[in-house]
Amino acid sequence: MAFFEAKNIIKQYAGHTALSGVSISVPEGSIFGLLGPNGAGKTTLIRIINQITGPDSGEIFFNGEPLKPEHVHHIGYLPEERGLYKKMKVGEQSIYLAQLKGMSKQDATAKLQAWFKKFDILEWWDKKVEELSKGMAQKIQFITTILHEPKLLIFDEPFSGFDPINANLLKKEILELRDKGCTIIFSTHNMGSVEEICDHIALIHKSEKILDGSFEDIKKQYRTHTYTISFNGELEKLKANLSDDIEIMEHQSGKEFESLKLKLNNGTSSNDLLSQILPHVELVSFNEIIPSMNDIFIRVVNEKNLSLDME
Amino acid sequence: MNKILIIIQREYLSRVKKKSFLLLTFLTPILIAGIYAFMIWMMMKDDTEKRTIGVINESELVEPVQSKDYTTFEYLPNTSFEEAKKMLDTKGYYALLKIPKDIMESQSAELFSFKQVTMEVKSEAGSQIRNYIEGIKRSKIIAEANMPDLEQKLAETKTPISVKTIKFGEDGEVKESSTEIAMGLGFAMSFIIYMFIFMYGVQVMRGVIEEKSNRIIEVIISSVKPFQLMMGKIVGVAMVGLTQFLMWVILTGAIITIGSAIFLPGLDSETIQHASSVSDLQSAGQGINQAQLDMMHEVLGTFDMGYIFSILGAFVFFFLAGYLLYSALFAAVGSAVDNETETQQFMLPISLPLVLALYIGMAVAKNPEGSLAFWGSIIPLTSPIVMLVRIPYGVPVWELLLSMTLLVASFIFVTWVAAKIYRTGILMYGKKVSYKEIWKWLRYHR
Repeated sequence: MAFFEAKNIIKQYAGHTALSGVSISVPEGSIFGLLGPNGAGKTTLIRIINQITGPDSGEIFFNGEPLKPEHVHHIGYLPEERGLYKKMKVGEQSIYLAQLKGMSKQDATAKLQAWFKKFDILEWWDKKVEELSKGMAQKIQFITTILHEPKLLIFDEPFSGFDPINANLLKKEILELRDKGCTIIFSTHNMGSVEEICDHIALIHKSEKILDGSFEDIKKQYRTHTYTISFNGELEKLKANLSDDIEIMEHQSGKEFESLKLKLNNGTSSNDLLSQILPHVELVSFNEIIPSMNDIFIRVVNEKNLSLDME
Repeated sequence: MNKILIIIQREYLSRVKKKSFLLLTFLTPILIAGIYAFMIWMMMKDDTEKRTIGVINESELVEPVQSKDYTTFEYLPNTSFEEAKKMLDTKGYYALLKIPKDIMESQSAELFSFKQVTMEVKSEAGSQIRNYIEGIKRSKIIAEANMPDLEQKLAETKTPISVKTIKFGEDGEVKESSTEIAMGLGFAMSFIIYMFIFMYGVQVMRGVIEEKSNRIIEVIISSVKPFQLMMGKIVGVAMVGLTQFLMWVILTGAIITIGSAIFLPGLDSETIQHASSVSDLQSAGQGINQAQLDMMHEVLGTFDMGYIFSILGAFVFFFLAGYLLYSALFAAVGSAVDNETETQQFMLPISLPLVLALYIGMAVAKNPEGSLAFWGSIIPLTSPIVMLVRIPYGVPVWELLLSMTLLVASFIFVTWVAAKIYRTGILMYGKKVSYKEIWKWLRYHR
């Protein structure tokens, strides 16, 4: 079931279109990756979800209801451009931000102290933000984003500015929140992080959605049916025995064994390939080349650019 | 708790707790009291310094100047100018007064000294010689005219005239009024408003820039509407300003009261001794001369309670409405830039009407009835300052109502426009913004 849905969102600014008819559907309890190059319209879409700005047209549903101002209390947002008041004390500031999300002062204080204890940063409570390092401030920001236990969390480039250790900690927390039932929208142009945590993705490019679906489906859809094999034996003998549907793309001779990159055409399966190889050479390794999200991203974007150029 | 109240609370507390606020709040009254004390000290000091002045009299006049109060004149007969000059050092004379031979014709004398002679000594010497010569001339005329009682008759021609200014009230009642006081009061109030708008308007602008450059803005406006944040900031800063102003008034009053009780004890005990009757209190003098006493009566005559309350009410109204109008503009400017150095190009249209209003106010203080006064106090951008100059002189009710209505209407309009600029501007990072760009923002719908 979709926890959050945006249908046919259009947003125009004087001079340019930020979103032209984008629809997304975020299943409950999933991590939804919103991907796209810089300037594609991701941040505009996220600002519309946060009601910072409104769409020119289109419908938005939050947990089945049309999006209302009160829903901000159930949304947690960590923007790409994020910061804190430098001169304000950490504890005071966290309480202030929680109060703006509709929490009472007592409730906010109790929950904040629990989180500070969990991250072992209680001694920062009375420090001013300007005394903290950037990584420390990011931790505070993460806590204030999730403190009011939102049902929908939106992270815009969450890992930028985090060192690997804190990035890992953050990733762990995000997965934990998903397991507790939170629905998470995760916006990034860093494809590597997507592969590790996203269940669903949508790819936005030049204000349009050009790809959408579950992570597995997209991977399947963009299979290239290419394999690499390594073997001991005579290359010529193998070549002579391969069918016409198997195309040799690359050949490398190593010290110990030969390697080939093969493409299977016309529905040839990997089993067919194996049955043709095994009688003739000694197989050392056999791998399907699965395109990375980055490859898919580049490919889809290029195809799109090409089709735009043709028009 | 309402979110706008939470914002107001933070804006207020974060500023009031700052060291710079506390310093300014507590030092300013000390400074004002210090200047006040210095002035009193200067007045008292002048009275007590004894000065001796050597006199070289080359004329035929016989001792035309006489020692008086703290100034002593010593005649130096048969002394050359050069010798007398040396005596400035040896005898410690403050100055040398040279009365030339032809004083009756040239009508001028000379004062010599190593440092600048005080006004007091100069006018004392001048007036004594003048009176002496006038006396000689007059007795000569009296003697020649050969008329009995002429001296007394001449004396009777002296008629001191004092001009009282009286104003007709709305209800036909006649009120005694004081032009100087009305002018001083009006100008003081308008200047306070001018300062307040500038000081705290800029604080609003800085606050907006701070939120933008800290990058906390997007976090906050995902929880509250940009308009709530803007108004919360404007109201919070206004309360800081009012707090500071109130503290200044209270602290300055307290310091001066306590200070005069400690440093002017004579005055105080005298006051207590004679406190039994008001007339005694007045005759005790308290160092107040007759002119000051007259002035005080005049002030009391000018200010009946209704008048005071109407002025105070108008002050608070124009004070707040003027600040609200301008601070919305300051907030809009803050939202359009990334740092304070970029604000200059947008500050001109805000500071120009403000400074202009102050100059119009100065002109209006001299002529509160002209067309400049009328338009200056009706047009909303200048009215908070110019109207305050006019109010102590009395302003027709319809003009006052028109000015107030226009001010409120334009405050609402300007805030609406500023909010549109603000909500777009706060999300624009690292972009050089022009007026054209801002015009575009105005036409965005949410």
